[in-house]
Amino acid sequence: MANVLIVAEQQSGALKKATLHALSAGRELARRTGGELAVLVLGHSVGPLAEVLKGYADVLAADSPRLEHYLAEEYAPVVAEAVRHHRASYLGAAATAFGKDLLPRAAAKIGAAVANDVLSFAGEGEGVSFLRPMWAGNVLAEVELATPVKVFTVRPTEFPVARSAATPGAVRALPTPPEAGPAKARFVEFREVKSARPELTEARVVVSGGRGTKGDFKEVEALADEIGAAVGASRAAVDAGWVPNDWQVGQTGKVVAPELYIAVGISGAIQHLAGMKSSKVIVAVNKDPEAPIFQLADYGLVADLFKALPELRAKVRGSRTHE
Amino acid sequence: MALKILVTAKRVEDPESKIRVKPDGSGIVTEGVNYKMNPFDEIAVEEGLRLRERHGGEVVIASIGGEKSAIEIRAGLAMGADRGILIRHDGPQDPVVCSALLAKLFERERPDLLILGKQSIDDDQGYTGPYLAERLGLPQATCASKTESLESQAEQGRQPGLLLSADGKRLTVAREVDGGLETLELSLPAVVTTDLRLNKPRFASLPGIMKAKKKELKEIPAIELGIDLAPKVKVRRLAEPPRRKAGVKVTDVNELWMKLHDEAKAL
Repeated sequence: MANVLIVAEQQSGALKKATLHALSAGRELARRTGGELAVLVLGHSVGPLAEVLKGYADVLAADSPRLEHYLAEEYAPVVAEAVRHHRASYLGAAATAFGKDLLPRAAAKIGAAVANDVLSFAGEGEGVSFLRPMWAGNVLAEVELATPVKVFTVRPTEFPVARSAATPGAVRALPTPPEAGPAKARFVEFREVKSARPELTEARVVVSGGRGTKGDFKEVEALADEIGAAVGASRAAVDAGWVPNDWQVGQTGKVVAPELYIAVGISGAIQHLAGMKSSKVIVAVNKDPEAPIFQLADYGLVADLFKALPELRAKVRGSRTHE
Repeated sequence: MALKILVTAKRVEDPESKIRVKPDGSGIVTEGVNYKMNPFDEIAVEEGLRLRERHGGEVVIASIGGEKSAIEIRAGLAMGADRGILIRHDGPQDPVVCSALLAKLFERERPDLLILGKQSIDDDQGYTGPYLAERLGLPQATCASKTESLESQAEQGRQPGLLLSADGKRLTVAREVDGGLETLELSLPAVVTTDLRLNKPRFASLPGIMKAKKKELKEIPAIELGIDLAPKVKVRRLAEPPRRKAGVKVTDVNELWMKLHDEAKAL
């Protein structure tokens, strides 16, 4: 019997959807190990969040003004305390910037090994192993963590959104450990890139632009908005400063797995493919018939995106008026 | 305020090489595969050099691996780093073991700043930096980036993205996080990991390559550092992901629309 603890992620009092994917991963793991699942929420005035989370599992709430802004150095000791409190053998979170920044630090505190970006679990009891991608997803590795506590982050797109539990869990306050000394890190500011569009990692459809747009994302965005899709980009487009960093899809950017991925003016570098090759249907629009992306695409159109996209947009609009 | 900066340079498979898994799943096929410095570590070396150019000090390159890892250290020395240290460890690496080795190196070298790549593109684990920071009780900033684009004037002028305070005791770092850019201030010594857009690494010049041959490259056998070298992340088996069904080329938007709407029912 090995207990599972999942760390919830929040932004300004709102639960990140990625946590709901991590919770279903936690549930599956708890089934395999025969242990209890609990979710840890940290922050300031986390009462409302704890109420939401108890609909999925027992909640440990760490509430303190010191935890108002996320800092790995402040959060890691609290996570370690929660692991002890819950007697957890498995500690997990979604593989987001937050999860990958915090969990390794918490793991080091408790002498645990980490498997990042887990796609699935195998095995039962104390011997659960983790499947994770290596070499930009060209290799799938089954790994074992040889430490008493095992820490992991899960790729949200590989686990469904958790459904509410039949009966709500209990909420318990977790006392925050005393400060270990003067703070060595200070939060200065967060420059948010707000968007009215769906989140890239959650959208049903993603339209991505690359070097072929030559910096003009108007058609890419117009098509996305016509469909109600999220907008992504290749590394080239982000490096050139055409679009925000947050739009990058790839091995080291966001990994997406939508129903439909439309790659526009993207050649298809290995690193980009790593971020979108699990999409259900892949469309590529590119002027270059030799672009590597055509080897991955289900449907490939060799065309000038500045002509093809407006045409496609017209089709989408037309179909709506007729149905 | 002169800075002593320790940066990492891991030897990894060239991402342009085709990676194939051996039929028995015990490893990848290494024949015909090219190697280079982990791209995120190139960015770390570059950032170290820029900080030294602005503030003075020393850039020391550390690598953990077999004898060929010395090649990547030389590459970093050719870019302009001052000296290198190879921790000879021919066995399997994982971030738990590597961070323990680097922690020992920290004790010997006492740098003001450690800069690592945010992930190595072979195992893509991406946690040696924060694990090391916790081991040393140092503050961390992962995925360091900057607000100016790589095409900006500041980048052309090789400005560091990591900003040192006037008294040389604190570092301001912009981090790429989900939804935007977060800025932290860390007291030195600190651990920073690099993201793609922190800088564009320079190419080694011919004089740089020649000078590199004479720079100090010390080898330390890993066993000398007195830590448990047994991997804690054990790779049981490797496999290639399932292949997608081959796709088709459509002739025009009409056909694409029909495929998406009627066949795939995706739109």
